[in-house]
Amino acid sequence: MCLAIPAKIISIDDNIAEVEIAGVTRKVSLDLAPEAKLDDYVLVHAGFAIQVIDEEEALKTLELFKEILEHEVS
Amino acid sequence: MKFLKEYRDSKLAGEILEKIKKVSKKPAKLMEVCGTHTVSIFRHGIRDILPHNITLISGPGCPVCVTPNKHIDEAIELCRRPGVILTTFGDMMKVPGSESSLSAEKALGADIRIVYSTLDAVDIAVNNPEKEVVFFGIGFETTSPTIAAAVLRAEREGLTNFSVLGAQKLIPQAIRALLDNNETGINGFILPGHVSALIGIKPYEFIAREFSIPAVIIGFEPVDILQGILMLVKQIEEGTARVEIQYSRGVPQEGNPHAMKVLFKVFEPSDAVWRGIGTIPGTGLKLRKRYRKYDAVKKFGIEIRESREHPGCRCGEVLRGVITPLECGLYGKACLPEHPIGPCMVSVEGTCAAYYKYGKRS
Repeated sequence: MCLAIPAKIISIDDNIAEVEIAGVTRKVSLDLAPEAKLDDYVLVHAGFAIQVIDEEEALKTLELFKEILEHEVS
Repeated sequence: MKFLKEYRDSKLAGEILEKIKKVSKKPAKLMEVCGTHTVSIFRHGIRDILPHNITLISGPGCPVCVTPNKHIDEAIELCRRPGVILTTFGDMMKVPGSESSLSAEKALGADIRIVYSTLDAVDIAVNNPEKEVVFFGIGFETTSPTIAAAVLRAEREGLTNFSVLGAQKLIPQAIRALLDNNETGINGFILPGHVSALIGIKPYEFIAREFSIPAVIIGFEPVDILQGILMLVKQIEEGTARVEIQYSRGVPQEGNPHAMKVLFKVFEPSDAVWRGIGTIPGTGLKLRKRYRKYDAVKKFGIEIRESREHPGCRCGEVLRGVITPLECGLYGKACLPEHPIGPCMVSVEGTCAAYYKYGKRS
Protein backbone atom coordinates (compact mmCIF):
# COMPACT_ATOMS: atom_id res chain seq x y z
CA MET A 1 0.00 0.00 0.00
CA CYS A 2 2.86 2.37 0.78
CA LEU A 3 4.73 1.32 -2.32
CA ALA A 4 6.45 4.14 -4.20
CA ILE A 5 8.53 3.71 -7.34
CA PRO A 6 11.44 5.90 -8.51
CA ALA A 7 10.61 7.56 -11.82
CA LYS A 8 12.32 10.20 -13.97
CA ILE A 9 10.48 13.38 -14.94
CA ILE A 10 10.64 13.79 -18.71
CA SER A 11 8.24 16.71 -19.11
CA ILE A 12 6.18 19.05 -16.96
CA ASP A 13 2.95 20.80 -17.91
CA ASP A 14 1.66 23.00 -15.11
CA ASN A 15 1.35 20.67 -12.08
CA ILE A 16 1.32 17.44 -14.09
CA ALA A 17 4.57 15.66 -14.91
CA GLU A 18 5.16 12.92 -17.40
CA VAL A 19 7.45 10.37 -15.80
CA GLU A 20 9.31 7.37 -17.12
CA ILE A 21 9.56 4.12 -15.17
CA ALA A 22 11.50 1.31 -16.86
CA GLY A 23 10.51 2.46 -20.35
CA VAL A 24 6.87 3.09 -19.46
CA THR A 25 5.57 6.64 -19.27
CA ARG A 26 2.65 7.97 -17.29
CA LYS A 27 1.33 11.23 -15.92
CA VAL A 28 1.64 12.05 -12.25
CA SER A 29 0.54 14.99 -10.15
CA LEU A 30 3.12 17.37 -8.68
CA ASP A 31 0.59 18.78 -6.18
CA LEU A 32 2.55 17.26 -3.29
CA ALA A 33 6.07 17.91 -4.63
CA PRO A 34 5.88 21.21 -6.53
CA GLU A 35 9.66 21.69 -6.27
CA ALA A 36 10.33 18.73 -8.62
CA LYS A 37 12.12 19.72 -11.84
CA LEU A 38 12.71 18.24 -15.27
CA ASP A 39 15.16 15.28 -15.11
CA ASP A 40 14.62 14.84 -11.36
CA TYR A 41 13.85 11.37 -10.08
CA VAL A 42 10.77 11.31 -7.89
CA LEU A 43 9.09 8.68 -5.74
CA VAL A 44 5.69 8.01 -7.31
CA HIS A 45 2.84 6.77 -5.10
CA ALA A 46 -0.75 6.37 -6.33
CA GLY A 47 -0.37 8.88 -9.15
CA PHE A 48 1.47 11.53 -7.14
CA ALA A 49 5.14 12.46 -6.82
CA ILE A 50 5.61 12.36 -3.04
CA GLN A 51 9.33 13.12 -2.78
CA VAL A 52 12.26 14.16 -4.95
CA ILE A 53 15.04 11.56 -4.75
CA ASP A 54 18.32 12.98 -3.50
CA GLU A 55 20.86 11.62 -6.00
CA GLU A 56 23.80 12.68 -3.89
CA GLU A 57 22.45 10.81 -0.86
CA ALA A 58 21.74 7.78 -3.05
CA LEU A 59 25.34 7.59 -4.19
CA LYS A 60 26.65 8.36 -0.73
CA THR A 61 24.73 5.42 0.77
CA LEU A 62 26.19 2.97 -1.72
CA GLU A 63 29.72 4.39 -1.76
CA LEU A 64 29.97 4.65 2.00
CA PHE A 65 28.91 1.10 2.42
CA LYS A 66 31.26 -0.24 -0.19
CA GLU A 67 34.11 1.67 1.48
CA ILE A 68 33.28 0.19 4.88
CA LEU A 69 33.21 -3.30 3.44
CA GLU A 70 36.49 -2.84 1.57
CA HIS A 71 38.09 -1.45 4.73
CA GLU A 72 36.86 -4.47 6.70
CA VAL A 73 38.31 -6.91 4.14
CA SER A 74 41.74 -5.28 3.91
CA MET B 1 16.19 0.86 -13.45
CA LYS B 2 18.06 3.61 -11.67
CA PHE B 3 17.64 3.68 -7.88
CA LEU B 4 16.40 0.10 -7.88
CA LYS B 5 18.98 -2.12 -9.58
CA GLU B 6 21.97 -0.99 -7.56
CA TYR B 7 20.09 -1.77 -4.33
CA ARG B 8 19.45 -5.31 -5.53
CA ASP B 9 23.14 -6.17 -5.96
CA SER B 10 23.44 -9.70 -4.60
CA LYS B 11 27.19 -9.45 -3.99
CA LEU B 12 26.80 -6.35 -1.88
CA ALA B 13 23.81 -7.91 -0.09
CA GLY B 14 25.92 -11.00 0.68
CA GLU B 15 28.73 -8.88 2.08
CA ILE B 16 26.36 -6.93 4.31
CA LEU B 17 24.85 -10.20 5.52
CA GLU B 18 28.32 -11.45 6.51
CA LYS B 19 28.86 -8.23 8.44
CA ILE B 20 25.53 -8.69 10.24
CA LYS B 21 26.58 -12.23 11.22
CA LYS B 22 29.88 -10.91 12.54
CA VAL B 23 28.38 -8.04 14.54
CA SER B 24 25.15 -9.52 15.88
CA LYS B 25 25.43 -11.61 19.05
CA LYS B 26 22.51 -10.57 21.26
CA PRO B 27 18.93 -11.70 20.58
CA ALA B 28 17.31 -9.09 18.35
CA LYS B 29 13.57 -9.04 17.79
CA LEU B 30 12.96 -6.47 15.08
CA MET B 31 9.51 -5.33 14.01
CA GLU B 32 8.91 -4.16 10.46
CA VAL B 33 6.03 -1.75 10.90
CA CYS B 34 5.18 -1.47 7.21
CA GLY B 35 3.41 -4.05 5.07
CA THR B 36 5.52 -3.09 2.05
CA HIS B 37 8.59 -4.12 4.06
CA THR B 38 6.90 -7.40 5.02
CA VAL B 39 6.40 -8.28 1.35
CA SER B 40 9.91 -7.21 0.33
CA ILE B 41 11.49 -9.19 3.20
CA PHE B 42 9.62 -12.33 2.13
CA ARG B 43 10.19 -11.78 -1.61
CA HIS B 44 13.93 -11.54 -1.14
CA GLY B 45 14.12 -14.39 1.37
CA ILE B 46 15.65 -12.17 4.05
CA ARG B 47 14.04 -13.96 7.02
CA ASP B 48 15.66 -17.22 6.01
CA ILE B 49 19.21 -15.91 5.64
CA LEU B 50 19.54 -13.93 8.85
CA PRO B 51 21.36 -15.47 11.82
CA HIS B 52 19.09 -17.28 14.28
CA ASN B 53 19.39 -14.65 16.99
CA ILE B 54 17.63 -12.11 14.74
CA THR B 55 13.86 -12.47 14.51
CA LEU B 56 11.72 -10.32 12.25
CA ILE B 57 8.10 -9.80 13.23
CA SER B 58 5.45 -7.98 11.24
CA GLY B 59 3.55 -5.07 12.70
CA PRO B 60 0.38 -3.09 12.07
CA GLY B 61 1.51 -1.37 8.87
CA CYS B 62 -0.97 -2.71 6.36
CA PRO B 63 -3.74 -0.10 6.07
CA VAL B 64 -6.24 -2.61 4.68
CA CYS B 65 -5.62 -4.93 7.63
CA VAL B 66 -6.06 -2.36 10.39
CA THR B 67 -9.30 -0.97 8.93
CA PRO B 68 -12.07 -2.17 11.26
CA ASN B 69 -15.21 -3.78 9.89
CA LYS B 70 -17.28 -0.68 10.66
CA HIS B 71 -15.68 1.19 7.75
CA ILE B 72 -16.11 -1.75 5.38
CA ASP B 73 -19.77 -1.90 6.42
CA GLU B 74 -20.11 1.84 5.79
CA ALA B 75 -18.66 1.42 2.29
CA ILE B 76 -21.07 -1.45 1.62
CA GLU B 77 -24.00 0.62 2.87
CA LEU B 78 -22.92 3.50 0.62
CA CYS B 79 -22.51 1.42 -2.52
CA ARG B 80 -26.07 0.15 -2.09
CA ARG B 81 -27.47 3.69 -2.29
CA PRO B 82 -29.04 4.52 -5.64
CA GLY B 83 -26.98 6.80 -7.86
CA VAL B 84 -23.72 6.21 -5.97
CA ILE B 85 -20.45 5.27 -7.66
CA LEU B 86 -18.06 3.98 -4.99
CA THR B 87 -14.39 4.30 -5.89
CA THR B 88 -11.54 2.72 -3.96
CA PHE B 89 -8.11 1.14 -4.16
CA GLY B 90 -8.17 -2.45 -5.39
CA ASP B 91 -7.01 -3.94 -2.09
CA MET B 92 -10.31 -3.10 -0.38
CA MET B 93 -12.52 -5.11 -2.74
CA LYS B 94 -12.25 -8.53 -1.14
CA VAL B 95 -12.06 -7.51 2.51
CA PRO B 96 -14.98 -9.15 4.31
CA GLY B 97 -17.23 -6.81 6.29
CA SER B 98 -19.82 -8.04 8.80
CA GLU B 99 -21.99 -9.64 6.13
CA SER B 100 -20.63 -8.87 2.67
CA SER B 101 -17.65 -7.45 0.78
CA LEU B 102 -17.32 -4.83 -1.93
CA SER B 103 -16.54 -7.49 -4.54
CA ALA B 104 -19.71 -9.40 -3.56
CA GLU B 105 -21.71 -6.16 -3.84
CA LYS B 106 -20.17 -5.43 -7.25
CA ALA B 107 -21.20 -8.90 -8.41
CA LEU B 108 -24.73 -8.01 -7.31
CA GLY B 109 -24.68 -4.89 -9.47
CA ALA B 110 -23.28 -2.07 -7.34
CA ASP B 111 -21.26 0.51 -9.28
CA ILE B 112 -17.85 0.11 -7.62
CA ARG B 113 -14.75 1.21 -9.49
CA ILE B 114 -11.13 0.54 -8.62
CA VAL B 115 -8.90 3.56 -9.07
CA TYR B 116 -5.12 3.90 -9.16
CA SER B 117 -5.13 7.47 -7.89
CA THR B 118 -7.51 9.67 -5.88
CA LEU B 119 -7.51 12.06 -8.83
CA ASP B 120 -9.06 9.30 -10.97
CA ALA B 121 -11.97 9.33 -8.53
CA VAL B 122 -12.31 13.10 -8.97
CA ASP B 123 -12.29 12.60 -12.77
CA ILE B 124 -15.12 10.09 -12.43
CA ALA B 125 -17.10 12.73 -10.50
CA VAL B 126 -16.39 15.34 -13.22
CA ASN B 127 -17.53 12.92 -15.93
CA ASN B 128 -20.66 11.75 -14.09
CA PRO B 129 -22.36 14.91 -12.83
CA GLU B 130 -25.68 13.10 -12.37
CA LYS B 131 -24.09 10.57 -9.97
CA GLU B 132 -22.64 10.84 -6.47
CA VAL B 133 -19.02 9.69 -6.43
CA VAL B 134 -17.60 8.52 -3.10
CA PHE B 135 -13.93 7.72 -2.61
CA PHE B 136 -13.37 5.10 0.10
CA GLY B 137 -9.97 6.16 1.35
CA ILE B 138 -7.64 4.15 3.50
CA GLY B 139 -3.93 4.63 4.01
CA PHE B 140 -1.22 6.10 6.17
CA GLU B 141 0.74 9.34 5.84
CA THR B 142 2.02 8.21 2.41
CA THR B 143 -1.47 8.08 0.92
CA SER B 144 -3.49 10.54 2.98
CA PRO B 145 -1.97 13.66 1.39
CA THR B 146 -3.16 12.33 -2.00
CA ILE B 147 -6.71 12.15 -0.57
CA ALA B 148 -6.36 15.72 0.72
CA ALA B 149 -5.13 16.83 -2.72
CA ALA B 150 -8.23 15.23 -4.29
CA VAL B 151 -10.54 17.13 -1.90
CA LEU B 152 -8.75 20.38 -2.75
CA ARG B 153 -9.16 19.66 -6.46
CA ALA B 154 -12.85 18.89 -5.97
CA GLU B 155 -13.17 22.24 -4.20
CA ARG B 156 -11.28 24.09 -6.96
CA GLU B 157 -13.57 22.57 -9.58
CA GLY B 158 -16.68 23.33 -7.52
CA LEU B 159 -17.77 19.69 -7.49
CA THR B 160 -20.81 18.93 -5.35
CA ASN B 161 -21.02 15.23 -6.27
CA PHE B 162 -17.71 14.10 -4.73
CA SER B 163 -17.20 12.94 -1.16
CA VAL B 164 -14.80 10.84 0.89
CA LEU B 165 -15.36 7.92 3.22
CA GLY B 166 -12.17 8.30 5.18
CA ALA B 167 -10.50 5.58 7.22
CA GLN B 168 -6.93 6.88 7.15
CA LYS B 169 -4.49 6.44 9.98
CA LEU B 170 -1.30 7.95 11.38
CA ILE B 171 1.61 5.67 12.21
CA PRO B 172 3.90 7.04 14.98
CA GLN B 173 1.37 7.00 17.84
CA ALA B 174 0.32 3.48 16.87
CA ILE B 175 3.94 2.46 17.54
CA ARG B 176 3.62 4.10 20.94
CA ALA B 177 0.45 2.09 21.62
CA LEU B 178 2.30 -1.14 20.75
CA LEU B 179 5.14 -0.19 23.09
CA ASP B 180 2.73 0.78 25.88
CA ASN B 181 1.08 -2.65 25.58
CA ASN B 182 4.53 -4.23 25.86
CA GLU B 183 3.39 -7.60 24.52
CA THR B 184 6.20 -8.46 22.16
CA GLY B 185 9.58 -7.45 23.63
CA ILE B 186 10.70 -5.58 20.52
CA ASN B 187 14.42 -4.68 20.44
CA GLY B 188 14.37 -2.55 17.31
CA PHE B 189 12.08 -1.00 14.72
CA ILE B 190 12.36 -1.13 10.95
CA LEU B 191 10.51 2.13 10.29
CA PRO B 192 8.46 2.65 7.13
CA GLY B 193 10.42 4.37 4.36
CA HIS B 194 7.58 5.96 2.48
CA VAL B 195 5.52 7.13 5.45
CA SER B 196 8.79 8.73 6.58
CA ALA B 197 9.35 10.33 3.15
CA LEU B 198 6.37 12.47 4.16
CA ILE B 199 6.72 12.89 7.95
CA GLY B 200 10.52 12.84 8.35
CA ILE B 201 12.41 11.58 11.41
CA LYS B 202 11.13 13.75 14.25
CA PRO B 203 7.78 12.03 15.00
CA TYR B 204 9.68 8.81 15.86
CA GLU B 205 12.17 10.29 18.31
CA PHE B 206 10.12 9.19 21.32
CA ILE B 207 10.93 5.55 20.50
CA ALA B 208 14.59 6.03 21.41
CA ARG B 209 14.09 8.77 23.98
CA GLU B 210 11.24 7.30 26.03
CA PHE B 211 11.55 3.57 25.35
CA SER B 212 15.32 3.25 24.71
CA ILE B 213 14.68 1.20 21.57
CA PRO B 214 16.73 1.71 18.38
CA ALA B 215 14.79 2.52 15.23
CA VAL B 216 15.93 2.98 11.63
CA ILE B 217 13.99 4.37 8.66
CA ILE B 218 14.77 1.86 5.92
CA GLY B 219 14.26 1.60 2.15
CA PHE B 220 12.57 -1.33 0.43
CA GLU B 221 15.24 -3.01 -1.68
CA PRO B 222 17.22 -5.96 -0.26
CA VAL B 223 20.46 -4.02 0.19
CA ASP B 224 18.51 -1.26 1.96
CA ILE B 225 16.84 -3.72 4.30
CA LEU B 226 20.06 -5.58 5.14
CA GLN B 227 21.94 -2.33 5.64
CA GLY B 228 19.15 -1.08 7.92
CA ILE B 229 19.20 -4.33 9.92
CA LEU B 230 22.97 -3.94 10.31
CA MET B 231 22.44 -0.39 11.64
CA LEU B 232 19.89 -1.75 14.13
CA VAL B 233 21.99 -4.67 15.38
CA LYS B 234 25.01 -2.39 15.78
CA GLN B 235 22.94 -0.19 18.09
CA ILE B 236 21.63 -3.24 19.95
CA GLU B 237 25.17 -4.57 20.47
CA GLU B 238 26.43 -1.13 21.60
CA GLY B 239 23.46 -0.77 23.96
CA THR B 240 22.49 2.57 22.40
CA ALA B 241 19.13 3.81 21.13
CA ARG B 242 18.90 6.32 18.32
CA VAL B 243 16.54 6.96 15.44
CA GLU B 244 18.53 6.86 12.20
CA ILE B 245 17.81 7.11 8.49
CA GLN B 246 19.18 4.42 6.18
CA TYR B 247 16.87 5.47 3.29
CA SER B 248 18.39 8.94 3.00
CA ARG B 249 17.85 9.20 -0.76
CA GLY B 250 14.08 9.21 -0.20
CA VAL B 251 13.77 10.56 3.32
CA PRO B 252 15.09 14.01 4.19
CA GLN B 253 15.18 14.73 7.95
CA GLU B 254 12.15 16.99 7.62
CA GLY B 255 10.18 14.70 5.26
CA ASN B 256 7.92 16.55 2.83
CA PRO B 257 6.58 19.59 4.73
CA HIS B 258 4.58 20.81 1.71
CA ALA B 259 2.64 17.54 1.44
CA MET B 260 2.02 17.51 5.21
CA LYS B 261 0.70 21.06 4.94
CA VAL B 262 -1.73 19.92 2.24
CA LEU B 263 -2.78 16.98 4.45
CA PHE B 264 -3.43 19.09 7.54
CA LYS B 265 -5.12 21.84 5.58
CA VAL B 266 -7.90 19.39 4.77
CA PHE B 267 -7.78 16.93 7.70
CA GLU B 268 -7.22 17.17 11.44
CA PRO B 269 -6.16 14.38 13.82
CA SER B 270 -8.92 12.41 15.50
CA ASP B 271 -9.18 9.19 17.48
CA ALA B 272 -9.18 6.02 15.40
CA VAL B 273 -10.08 2.40 15.93
CA TRP B 274 -7.38 -0.02 14.76
CA ARG B 275 -8.38 -3.61 14.16
CA GLY B 276 -6.79 -5.71 16.86
CA ILE B 277 -5.43 -2.77 18.82
CA GLY B 278 -8.53 -0.71 19.64
CA THR B 279 -8.93 3.05 19.82
CA ILE B 280 -5.68 5.01 19.69
CA PRO B 281 -6.07 8.73 20.41
CA GLY B 282 -4.89 11.07 17.68
CA THR B 283 -4.15 8.40 15.06
CA GLY B 284 -7.08 9.03 12.76
CA LEU B 285 -7.91 11.87 10.40
CA LYS B 286 -11.20 13.71 10.03
CA LEU B 287 -12.10 16.43 7.59
CA ARG B 288 -11.72 19.95 8.97
CA LYS B 289 -14.91 22.01 9.35
CA ARG B 290 -14.41 23.82 6.03
CA TYR B 291 -14.27 20.48 4.17
CA ARG B 292 -17.00 18.55 6.06
CA LYS B 293 -19.28 18.82 3.04
CA TYR B 294 -17.01 16.17 1.49
CA ASP B 295 -17.67 13.74 4.37
CA ALA B 296 -19.65 10.86 2.85
CA VAL B 297 -20.85 9.50 6.22
CA LYS B 298 -22.49 12.85 7.04
CA LYS B 299 -23.66 13.55 3.50
CA PHE B 300 -25.52 10.24 3.23
CA GLY B 301 -26.43 9.85 6.92
CA ILE B 302 -24.69 6.49 7.22
CA GLU B 303 -24.98 4.84 10.61
CA ILE B 304 -23.63 1.37 11.30
CA ARG B 305 -25.11 0.12 14.58
CA GLU B 306 -23.10 -3.04 15.02
CA SER B 307 -20.19 -4.57 13.14
CA ARG B 308 -19.14 -8.16 13.61
CA GLU B 309 -15.80 -9.87 13.21
CA HIS B 310 -15.34 -13.55 12.46
CA PRO B 311 -14.99 -15.17 15.92
CA GLY B 312 -12.03 -17.36 14.92
CA CYS B 313 -10.03 -14.65 13.15
CA ARG B 314 -6.80 -13.73 14.96
CA CYS B 315 -5.74 -10.88 12.66
CA GLY B 316 -5.68 -8.55 15.66
CA GLU B 317 -2.94 -10.56 17.37
CA VAL B 318 -1.04 -10.92 14.08
CA LEU B 319 -1.17 -7.13 13.63
CA ARG B 320 0.26 -6.55 17.10
CA GLY B 321 3.06 -9.02 16.41
CA VAL B 322 1.87 -11.22 19.29
CA ILE B 323 1.39 -14.34 17.14
CA THR B 324 2.50 -15.38 13.67
CA PRO B 325 -0.17 -16.47 11.17
CA LEU B 326 0.89 -20.08 11.74
CA GLU B 327 -0.64 -19.90 15.22
CA CYS B 328 -4.12 -18.99 13.89
CA GLY B 329 -6.45 -21.99 13.51
CA LEU B 330 -8.01 -20.58 10.34
CA TYR B 331 -4.76 -19.80 8.48
CA GLY B 332 -4.19 -21.98 5.44
CA LYS B 333 -7.32 -24.03 6.19
CA ALA B 334 -10.57 -22.04 6.20
CA CYS B 335 -8.73 -18.76 5.50
CA LEU B 336 -7.00 -18.79 2.12
CA PRO B 337 -6.10 -16.10 -0.43
CA GLU B 338 -9.00 -17.21 -2.66
CA HIS B 339 -11.37 -17.28 0.32
CA PRO B 340 -10.01 -14.88 2.92
CA ILE B 341 -11.68 -14.61 6.32
CA GLY B 342 -9.45 -11.97 7.82
CA PRO B 343 -7.99 -8.85 6.16
CA CYS B 344 -4.40 -10.00 6.74
CA MET B 345 -5.07 -12.70 4.15
CA VAL B 346 -6.80 -10.30 1.73
CA SER B 347 -4.28 -7.56 1.24
CA VAL B 348 -1.19 -8.46 -0.78
CA GLU B 349 0.71 -6.72 2.01
CA GLY B 350 -1.08 -8.57 4.78
CA THR B 351 1.17 -10.72 6.96
CA CYS B 352 -0.95 -13.86 6.40
CA ALA B 353 -1.01 -13.34 2.61
CA ALA B 354 2.78 -12.86 2.57
CA TYR B 355 3.34 -15.97 4.71
CA TYR B 356 1.07 -18.00 2.44
CA LYS B 357 2.46 -16.71 -0.85
CA TYR B 358 6.05 -17.31 0.16
CA GLY B 359 5.44 -20.82 1.38
CA LYS B 360 5.23 -20.59 5.17
CA ARG B 361 2.43 -23.12 5.46
CA SER B 362 3.21 -24.86 8.75
